[in-house]
Amino acid sequence: MADFLQLTVSGLSTGMIYALAAAGFVVIYKASDVINFTQGDLLLLGTYLIFFAVAQIGLPWSLGVLVTILLAVAAALAIERLVLRPLIGEPIISMIMVTIGLSSILRGLVNAIWGPSPRAFESFLPAGTVEIGPALLSAGRLVSIPIALAVLAALWLFFRHTRDGIAMRAIADDQQAALSMGISIPRVFGVAWGLAAASAAIGGMMLGNIVGVTPNVAAIGLHVFPVVILGGLDSIRGAVVGGAVIGLLEAYTGGYVGHGLNLVVPYVVLILVLMVRPYGLFGKEIIERV
Amino acid sequence: MSYECGVFHTRYRSDMGLRPRPVQRVRLALFAVAVLVFPFFASPYWLDLANQVAIATVGAIGLNILVGYTGQISLGHGAFMAVGAYAAGLLTLNLGLPWGVSIVLACFLTAAVGIFFGLPSLRLKGLYLAIATLAAQEIVQWAMVNWTALTGGTEAIVLPAPRLFGLRLNSAFNFYWIAVLAAAATALFTANLFRSRAGRAFVAVRDQDIAASVIGVDIFRTKLLAFATSSFFAGLAGALIAFYRSIVTWERFTLEISIVYLAMIIVGGLGTIRGSLFGAALITLLPAFITNAGRALQETAPHVAGLLPYAQQAVFGLVIILFLIFEPKGLSKLWGNVKDYFHVWPFAYRRGSHGE
Repeated sequence: MADFLQLTVSGLSTGMIYALAAAGFVVIYKASDVINFTQGDLLLLGTYLIFFAVAQIGLPWSLGVLVTILLAVAAALAIERLVLRPLIGEPIISMIMVTIGLSSILRGLVNAIWGPSPRAFESFLPAGTVEIGPALLSAGRLVSIPIALAVLAALWLFFRHTRDGIAMRAIADDQQAALSMGISIPRVFGVAWGLAAASAAIGGMMLGNIVGVTPNVAAIGLHVFPVVILGGLDSIRGAVVGGAVIGLLEAYTGGYVGHGLNLVVPYVVLILVLMVRPYGLFGKEIIERV
Repeated sequence: MSYECGVFHTRYRSDMGLRPRPVQRVRLALFAVAVLVFPFFASPYWLDLANQVAIATVGAIGLNILVGYTGQISLGHGAFMAVGAYAAGLLTLNLGLPWGVSIVLACFLTAAVGIFFGLPSLRLKGLYLAIATLAAQEIVQWAMVNWTALTGGTEAIVLPAPRLFGLRLNSAFNFYWIAVLAAAATALFTANLFRSRAGRAFVAVRDQDIAASVIGVDIFRTKLLAFATSSFFAGLAGALIAFYRSIVTWERFTLEISIVYLAMIIVGGLGTIRGSLFGAALITLLPAFITNAGRALQETAPHVAGLLPYAQQAVFGLVIILFLIFEPKGLSKLWGNVKDYFHVWPFAYRRGSHGE
């Protein structure tokens, strides 16, 4: 029972960080059809920027969080303007490779600036453990779950109620019709990248608190794919559910089965979903079939 | 296929030849001579790089068959190379097969695995296929590390040196001939493949799959054949690496390798054979150049040396992006521009007007 509770909490908290990264992926995919392989590196950027702001400059953490989000958004806007925009309308392979190239650059830069060895900094999520019955749960992980959910809810509300959010849905629906209604596509793409970076940066900051500041954070970028395929490529709700399911699956297989199976289970799920229900749990049922 | 003014063919045979114009044959001959002479003058360091380029060319042509010619995106090329390397290594080690036999068997085995992982392509396209092959890569990678009984897990497999007539073949100089022969055979096979019915079907599926099926191309069969051919050469590249290094470890066949090979064909030019060679050369030599530049800087700026691996990573990404933005057709197109310029040199009136 104690094991089960611990695994559940660690699985859910990891899953919610996956969900944050996946939500960013979904926002970009929805708006611009770009398959973003840099999601993990945006997370990495968030982790190191908060380390930079809090541990190296010495800002109080509330200000540090703000600065981190702003810097991450600025970086994403620059990426969108300089790299993605010239490639609008190119084939999928180009879009995949350009984000892979970006990912390589970001990773190289972060490593060059901050070095490959793990860094420590004073955690701003509560440290220590909470005892619930027989289980010892990490307080940081427990707290990260509602924070992530709040951010994801905010994203969801953004899509439903704000002007930019509705514009984004319109573009996802029919780009030409949206254009003719006076929606500025470059603006929407910019907003999408900004949101994705903010969401990933928040995930990255929490990850920095939970697992520490290391370059391995970027590895999460790949876990985005099982999550979004399971949840549906164009659904924020799907990202949350997918993140939770994949996070829990990993935690349980890691805890009860072992053999490194937790590393491969998400991809097995991915293949199964692709074979049975390629649009995922909540995705729109339009898919290019052969 | 380009049509040149001033070149007249009086027979179909010459018109349909692989390299129909004399200047093409001269260029090929010069290149062949350079390749044959190179090892007698090169230092072991450059020979080693040349071997890497030759092996990478085999793999890159293989990937180009699938991605460039057939339009199926694969992020699992590294996994296919792994299958080839492990198969070749284990066949030699456990069954005692001669190295040549196990390389051939490994290629066919990899082709079979390629067909298996190509099955999703029957239902999925574009992005979805890319993600499915990503999953295939991760699953194969996991199997390499965790299927200890077969692969030895994280322990490397050490192979005996391949021998031919008593010669040890895994020295840089001796292996050069094998690697170059393999690269040349791959290039020749592929050039001819795309003059054949099967190869034309690949291109038809890439350009417009529905139209292709309307004119009678069996899409499923064609896609699986493309996966099989592509993985066959991936297996060959993997097996060559195994025997060249005499060691097989999973680290050589991670997702990064799949990405490196995709970068090769993007930078070289999708759907061209010479592009595969150019891309393989550039992407293989790039880290070496950066390392050399770093060594040169080491005396003036010692802390730069520590940054080298990251500089390599960043420059790798930068090269991909620059090519995608400024020359999406890759080095192959640049080479074409150069040829066009000299075609009627010094009269420049045709410059830029001549496309593929």
